[in-house]
Amino acid sequence: MNTQTRLVQVRTKILKQNDVLAREMRQRFARDGVTVVSLVSSPGAGKTALLEVLLGRMREEFRVAALVGDLATDNDAVRLARAEVPTKQITTGTVCHLEADMVAEALEDWNTNELDFLFIENVGNLVCPATWDLGEQLRLVLFSVTEGEDKPLKYPTIFNTADVAVITKSDLADAVEFDADAANRSLQSVRPGIETLQVSAKTGEGIEALLQRLRGLRDGGEVLAKRWGQNDGAE
Amino acid sequence: MHELSIALNLLDVAAEEAQRRNIRSVEAIHIKLGPLSGVVKSALISAYDLAREHSPFPESRLVVEDVPIVIYCEPCSAEQPAPSIQELVCPVCHTPSGNVVTGRELELTALEIADSETEP
Repeated sequence: MNTQTRLVQVRTKILKQNDVLAREMRQRFARDGVTVVSLVSSPGAGKTALLEVLLGRMREEFRVAALVGDLATDNDAVRLARAEVPTKQITTGTVCHLEADMVAEALEDWNTNELDFLFIENVGNLVCPATWDLGEQLRLVLFSVTEGEDKPLKYPTIFNTADVAVITKSDLADAVEFDADAANRSLQSVRPGIETLQVSAKTGEGIEALLQRLRGLRDGGEVLAKRWGQNDGAE
Repeated sequence: MHELSIALNLLDVAAEEAQRRNIRSVEAIHIKLGPLSGVVKSALISAYDLAREHSPFPESRLVVEDVPIVIYCEPCSAEQPAPSIQELVCPVCHTPSGNVVTGRELELTALEIADSETEP
């Protein structure tokens, strides 16, 4: 039987629940004076190694802490704890990305107003994390010189959601004949205007420049609200 | 594979909107999907077929409207379609632009219902 149908207009974001929570957290972080920076990358690009270095350096200047998303183990949190700052593992089970409610739950027993910086290390994945706003102020996307200059072209969406691209393992650049210009062209093609930094957690190259960028956030007050469409009327 | 999570969220949001309008049965759920949402259309449609079975609308279809990536080009003072998801550049003057006007959509736009359904 063929019934006549009609359309009832509704305009709602499918991830409304996540987006509302992310916005509330962003407001809370601003109130608490904590700068929240997330890291996304493929598995093995060096998120944890970079964070170890950053946390170790920053703890002399700031009150820093980190949340680490992982499917199964707490190995990364154990590594980060060596930097002697508060860390907590978010074990996602089979979920391939972090969502705002996982971050909110992990922070339940933390006083974020006692922090200056909070880092959120997402699950190693260049696909799924792109869709979820975590309430962060700045998103870093990492890729290592060993992954190839065209990584941004292969995963344009996640690069498009990031604010700063960090090219890691620069100490291996010569060995793998990494072409920095080609990498930059790829980045600028998928995300025109994105800032790019090249670092080595091993030798310390570029770390000071990244620290400088992070320190700048304390007075910059940049917010990602526009990216996540929080002003376009769809609720 | 995060599309199942998206499909479940979609059905929850649709059920909430339907309830608010006293709609009991839905023939189809219409959404807008932009490539920069990070959601793959074919994967979402497959996930939807799994997710709907245990939802209030087990017989419903998913209708996807693809939204193109449109950027705002400063030199042209105009909105322009991006040549591809890998190339956010004005097709006319070739200036790159990170100012994305459309293409990030992941939105429920309409509930398609039988005419016999009442809407207060």
